[in-house]
Amino acid sequence: MSIKIEHISKSFEDVTALKDISFEVNEGELFGLIGPDGAGKTTLFRILTTLLIADNGSATVAGYDAVNNYKDIRNHVGYMPGRFSLYQDLTVEENLEFFATIFGTTIEENYDLIKDIYVQIEPFKKRRAGKLSGGMKQKLALSCALIHKPKVLFLDEPTTGVDPVSRKEFWEMLKRLQQKGITILVSTPYMDEAALCDRIALIQDGKILEIDTPQEIVKHYPKKIYDIKADKMYELILSLNTYEHNHSVYPFGEFVHYTDQRDDFNPTELIQFLEDKGLENISIQPTEVTIEDTFMELAR
Amino acid sequence: MKKTNVIKAENLTKMFGEFTAVNAISFDVKKGEIFGFLGANGAGKTTAMKMLIGISTPTSGKAEVAGFDVYKNAENIKKNIGYMSQKFALYDDLTVKENITFFGGIYGLSRTQIKEKRTTLINELGLQEVSNELVSSLPLGWKQKLAFSVALLHDPKIIFLDEPTGGVDPITRRQFWEMIYKTAHNGTTVFVTTHYMDEAEYCDRVSIMVDGKIEALDTPKELKKQFKVDSMNDVFLKLARG
Amino acid sequence: MKRFIGFIKKEFYHIFRDRRSLFILFGMPIAQIMLFGFAITNEINNVDIAILDKSKDATTKEIVNKISSSKYFSNREAIENEAEIASVFKKGKIKAILIFENDFNKKLIKEQRATIQIITDATDPNTANTISNFINSILQKYQQEINKDIKIVYQIIPQTQMAYNAELKSVFMFVPGVMTIILMLVSAMMTSISITKEKELGTMEILLVSPIRPFQVIIGKVFPYIFLSVINAIVIIVLSIFIFKMPVRGSLFLLGAESILFIINALSLGILISTISETQQTAMMISLMGLMLPVILLSGFIFPIASMPLPLQVISNVIPAKWFIIILKGIMLKGIGITLVWKETLILLGMTVFFIALSIKKYKIRLE
Repeated sequence: MSIKIEHISKSFEDVTALKDISFEVNEGELFGLIGPDGAGKTTLFRILTTLLIADNGSATVAGYDAVNNYKDIRNHVGYMPGRFSLYQDLTVEENLEFFATIFGTTIEENYDLIKDIYVQIEPFKKRRAGKLSGGMKQKLALSCALIHKPKVLFLDEPTTGVDPVSRKEFWEMLKRLQQKGITILVSTPYMDEAALCDRIALIQDGKILEIDTPQEIVKHYPKKIYDIKADKMYELILSLNTYEHNHSVYPFGEFVHYTDQRDDFNPTELIQFLEDKGLENISIQPTEVTIEDTFMELAR
Repeated sequence: MKKTNVIKAENLTKMFGEFTAVNAISFDVKKGEIFGFLGANGAGKTTAMKMLIGISTPTSGKAEVAGFDVYKNAENIKKNIGYMSQKFALYDDLTVKENITFFGGIYGLSRTQIKEKRTTLINELGLQEVSNELVSSLPLGWKQKLAFSVALLHDPKIIFLDEPTGGVDPITRRQFWEMIYKTAHNGTTVFVTTHYMDEAEYCDRVSIMVDGKIEALDTPKELKKQFKVDSMNDVFLKLARG
Repeated sequence: MKRFIGFIKKEFYHIFRDRRSLFILFGMPIAQIMLFGFAITNEINNVDIAILDKSKDATTKEIVNKISSSKYFSNREAIENEAEIASVFKKGKIKAILIFENDFNKKLIKEQRATIQIITDATDPNTANTISNFINSILQKYQQEINKDIKIVYQIIPQTQMAYNAELKSVFMFVPGVMTIILMLVSAMMTSISITKEKELGTMEILLVSPIRPFQVIIGKVFPYIFLSVINAIVIIVLSIFIFKMPVRGSLFLLGAESILFIINALSLGILISTISETQQTAMMISLMGLMLPVILLSGFIFPIASMPLPLQVISNVIPAKWFIIILKGIMLKGIGITLVWKETLILLGMTVFFIALSIKKYKIRLE
């Protein structure tokens, strides 16, 4: 077991950040912590990286206790905090060199681990980190977090504020790192990134809603979801909200995701209802459940 | 009835020295439309938007916003638009009421108007119990809904939203989009800049900027069809990767 | 050790790439010492004076003539009574007032002595001092003249009084104060800012989650500033010696050792400030309000401690700068050795140990 969390709770003054959190991350697993801002993701990361002490419960990382063996953990984990936390006035190369030195290693020693990430920013190695684009900053931060060959990698919202192309590249890099045997705990507010993890924990308001593989989580969804579309979006939502049998009505891109309270839901009946409300070009199609649907259902 | 265009841009260009940040973009936005203005960081979105809201003068090209020319009538544009960004929206150290009063004053509403608006707004958002609490004590989702309503205080013709829902929980986010739909339904044009592609899915039409140029402009449905993919995210990836 | 050197290398990158801090580091000491030095000039010319002549006799007229005819003074005004003195000074033109007592000539002949009171505006203490010296020398000359042909020695006694600034200060007196301020500024403010900067940027989080020990971070942070502060101290002393011809009468070695002690004291205060502030802005505010102001106001640098109200005198004792200024003045101006400043040195040492112990105790190995 690479990370083991047992009944962790943490409060700040009058805010409860984490409520009785327990889960385990296996060795070599890519584990995602999925939840919105303020769900408690960062607090949990800080407890695991020994930056905070939990009020209750215990945690081990790579076999070391998060409180008593904090020095060992600090030697063996890589940590990339939520905001870009490198020295902006140092160049790419100087940043990497600095982190290599404080971890008692050199760039050469672990070069093969960071190679395929670092080569992408190497042409800019004389540039100050503050002058890099978002995607490049993120690659540099990842290189710095990996330079000492950590056993466990903690990535707190690495893709927030990064454009889709860089996001995609970043996840591809994580997959390759995982193949090298590094355990990765990554947090993200983007539900669509959940599918890229081996297992995920959905978290909101300091509570874990569910833990499983992304495939299993969507299977657990209790209802059948329908994509509904009509000419006027706002009227459609208003009408659906007044429909007495509705279970949930959520706008979802160009559609509305609709679930019905009844097991024997009949779309034609709803079409009739909507037509009576004056809506036109109505279509109702069954659709696939997404992690986001599950999240909303669990958070209700 | 043909809807009127509230934003008209024609070959709008902005250069910083030798660097062309916005390269001759042309587009129209209709009244009551939800228009998504997408692009990666550094693609020129922010620069383009600054020209449209009258705080940056274009190098060349034409643009009219809410019926006013961006060169000559920038001050009138500012009176007729609302603006909300995720980074700054409300003062954390003022109460809900104080924020509304303050922004009402900035937008030039009279005292009675402010009082009236304040009461309706607080009731509509269900903030009665926290109206005298500091904004910093509110959950993120409430803050954003309040910020949105505050940006609408002066009944602007167009509201500009800068990455409005990043990081918000999925349910609050839907509530937020319902508010946007309602606003558009009432005739206010909504102009959303974002690099989150899932926000793009909600828009009536979207434009995608790459390196200062608009490379695609259509409804999300058409764009997905055109690029033969399932999501706006993939449309973006195909465009950006060439 | 390699870690430590790597850390210090990084610190120097930060310092040399930040123009603002470079300016504070090297521009400030030079600018300050120059300002203090040149603003206080020793030359006077055509100074306006006023006369209150209560006897109006031949002798007083002669003296007034002598003074007004010199190139240094011009007699601008005659006043009638003491009540006018304050208003004359307040107008600002008149720098000195001469008051001849009643029956000046009679007294001079009968009692062989008479008194002239010289009141100078000492808001500019240096000028005031020079003025009174010049007047005294004119009077002395006159005295010699009248005594030449007469057997009896007539004495004119000048009574000098400096208004508004009882304790005289000159450029030499300012050097210890300026040096104290600069060492405090560089050492305490710059370290506290550089440590809180890491907190603010989030890099402290990464440093904490690494094998580098918190005390290594701290020592790595303060080391460059010890080095830079010493350079600053040297620059100030060299400038004072070569540009203002200030004599350093005591041992340079002792001066150096005491300076390093004070630098370490200021650095530990800087660390302490950084443990209680989260942002650079707070660190800067606390440094300015909590350190700089007391150094300027309560250390005896500008306002003499002896003339402060008692509560402030008591408070001044906990200000390290007070003791350092006493030591500096002693060594630089009076040329005394450790035997005479051991008490102050011991107090400074005690404070330093206390601040270091407190900042170690306060320093967090975690985020809260």
